[in-house]
Amino acid sequence: MIRTEELLLNVGPQHPSTHGVLRIVVKLDGEVIKEATPVIGYLHRGTEKLAESLNYTQIIPYTDRMDYLSAMTNNYVLCYAVEKMMGIEVPERAQFLRLIVMELQRIASHLVWWGTYLLDLGALSPFLFAFKDREKIVDLFNELCGARLTYNYMRVGGVKWDAPPGWIDKVRDFIPYMEKQLQDYDRLVTGNEIFLNRVKGIGKYDAETAIAWGLSGVNLRCTGVKWDLRKDEPYCIYDRFEFDVPVGKNGDCYDRYLLRIEEIRQSLRILKQAVEQFPSSGETMGKVPRVIRPPEGETYVRIEAPRGELGCHIVSKGKAEPYRLKFRRPSFNNLQMLPKLLVGETMSNLIAILGGVDIVLGEVDC
Amino acid sequence: MTKWLEQPLSWENALFFTAMAVVFLLIVLLYVVYAILFERKVLGWMQWRHGPNRLGPWGMFQTVADVLKLLFKEDTIPRKADRALFIIAPALCYAPSFAVLAVIPYTRELYFADLNVAVVYYAALSAISTIAIVLGGWASNNKYSLLGGMRSGAQMISYEVPLVLSIVGTVMMTGSMNLRKIVEAQGDWFWQWNFLPQIIGFGVFLVAAVSELNRSPFDLPEAESELVAGYHTEYSGFRFAFFMLAEYVYMFAIAGLASVLFLGGWRPPAPFLDFIPGIVWMILKMAFVIFFLFWLRATMPRVRIDQLMGFAWKVLLPLAILNVFVTAVGLELFIKG
Repeated sequence: MIRTEELLLNVGPQHPSTHGVLRIVVKLDGEVIKEATPVIGYLHRGTEKLAESLNYTQIIPYTDRMDYLSAMTNNYVLCYAVEKMMGIEVPERAQFLRLIVMELQRIASHLVWWGTYLLDLGALSPFLFAFKDREKIVDLFNELCGARLTYNYMRVGGVKWDAPPGWIDKVRDFIPYMEKQLQDYDRLVTGNEIFLNRVKGIGKYDAETAIAWGLSGVNLRCTGVKWDLRKDEPYCIYDRFEFDVPVGKNGDCYDRYLLRIEEIRQSLRILKQAVEQFPSSGETMGKVPRVIRPPEGETYVRIEAPRGELGCHIVSKGKAEPYRLKFRRPSFNNLQMLPKLLVGETMSNLIAILGGVDIVLGEVDC
Repeated sequence: MTKWLEQPLSWENALFFTAMAVVFLLIVLLYVVYAILFERKVLGWMQWRHGPNRLGPWGMFQTVADVLKLLFKEDTIPRKADRALFIIAPALCYAPSFAVLAVIPYTRELYFADLNVAVVYYAALSAISTIAIVLGGWASNNKYSLLGGMRSGAQMISYEVPLVLSIVGTVMMTGSMNLRKIVEAQGDWFWQWNFLPQIIGFGVFLVAAVSELNRSPFDLPEAESELVAGYHTEYSGFRFAFFMLAEYVYMFAIAGLASVLFLGGWRPPAPFLDFIPGIVWMILKMAFVIFFLFWLRATMPRVRIDQLMGFAWKVLLPLAILNVFVTAVGLELFIKG
């Protein structure tokens, strides 16, 4: 008599496709997943607790390290929250610089996703193409603030460094280059039969489920819900630019793939307008008191990070340090749904679904 | 070579063949070293980077250094592994890969065995490597290895069927399973080679061959993003090198087989190019097939395991059978009738 038993498999924390130190304990029957339990916390650094003994300017570098693929948006959400509490006016030029770096960051982040996702699916070359193109953005940031990953660029009231001469022209040159590259990406991957078979109809859920689980960003929009904070609750100066919010309809991995590619196009569209309207001169720092002491009270702001809705909740007792600081990290919320999505799928689909969610473990564990 | 092969077994020719085998083994090892370099270079060019270029001119010694590193590495065997099987698996995987090379005719004169059932011999021996991979996966006592080994077993058994069936058309056209006769039967001009009348068979053969080789896009047994390193997760040092070696030697064998069966073997593409020796054409054709495999690796994502099995049974097998049928009808109508 042949007896079969379930196989308990530990995927991670050291596994090539968990994008960092995520661990998923899966129960396998053959290759079919019966149960999946994500175990998180391997990269927990206690950012929120540490922040309680730091002043606001000192917290900014810590936000860099949350979603390390999108440090600019993290910088922004903290500065935005403090500015909102204190009613600080940010100068025009600083607003433009913030917007440009945030959109460049979105492109860079989606490029990393594109490359690593296809690497997960077994295609080698896209990874190198994506990183080569991301390199151009990283070089731009390097020129702007001297760092390539953790920028520490924004400050409460503005940005730390003004754009060096010629920098805006470089951004302008980058836009048509990237548009051309995107066509190549499409030609290489999007129509590939094997790729379509791997992602179409995989990891499907509907709008109701997505909302119930608190998904945001592309993970929500792929189900057809048109929800983009840049449009629905404009922050910075997003209300001045024209762009579309692409939505999917099937809610599968393929829709999420198409949306991210389309979002790169839309970001380029925003950049194109922003570069044209960029003020030729002006301050980059607003009027900020020497010591930043937000008035007693609390505030919550949220922005559209590449991975979804990034929120920042500050409770202030009128001191230079926050009483409590809480980040709503989109990766963390998006990851919650994983155990539900994985049941009944195979090992290969686990990789496709996990990659499709687009998580950054620095942000999940914070 | 014919002269030697036709002699009865004596001390003299036994020694001769042993010496030839050693020389050939060295040539194959040299090929593996440079095939790996070539693969990395090709991948590099296709991915906007240089590939190895530090050690020696054009990175020539990079793989040599890699092999040396593997030699000096500590030989680890997991404590709970099945020792005997764990040790025997890499050798068992490699030995048949070298043995199948014997039946491939490299030129009109240069071949190591003139077998009348060469095609069957190839299929039978290469199946032994599958057993070795399943063994290695099982003996490692690692769950990823086990999954990789099982996948490999399933995949290779499924793809052997269309692989062999795709060759049947060629065999029917020639009326022989002897690889030398198959080459001889192909015409002088390149459009008279088997790949045109057997275009379906050639296509099925290539796809099934890529899968037999466990290479991208069918590299499921070692799908690194899913199974870490598949069946050789626990192997290190020279035992790992043996698996690697077997993979590249099989690539050599498949390239040889494809050239012989479909691309006219040692024949030049046109009769007036006869002054170039046959071995050069054979090497060029094999290099082309090997390049094709590298090219696939640079462009394709990986197939999913269930889709892979479905593809073998639902697409490749019917196509191969259709090819046999069409060939039979064609032969009856146009050649014999």
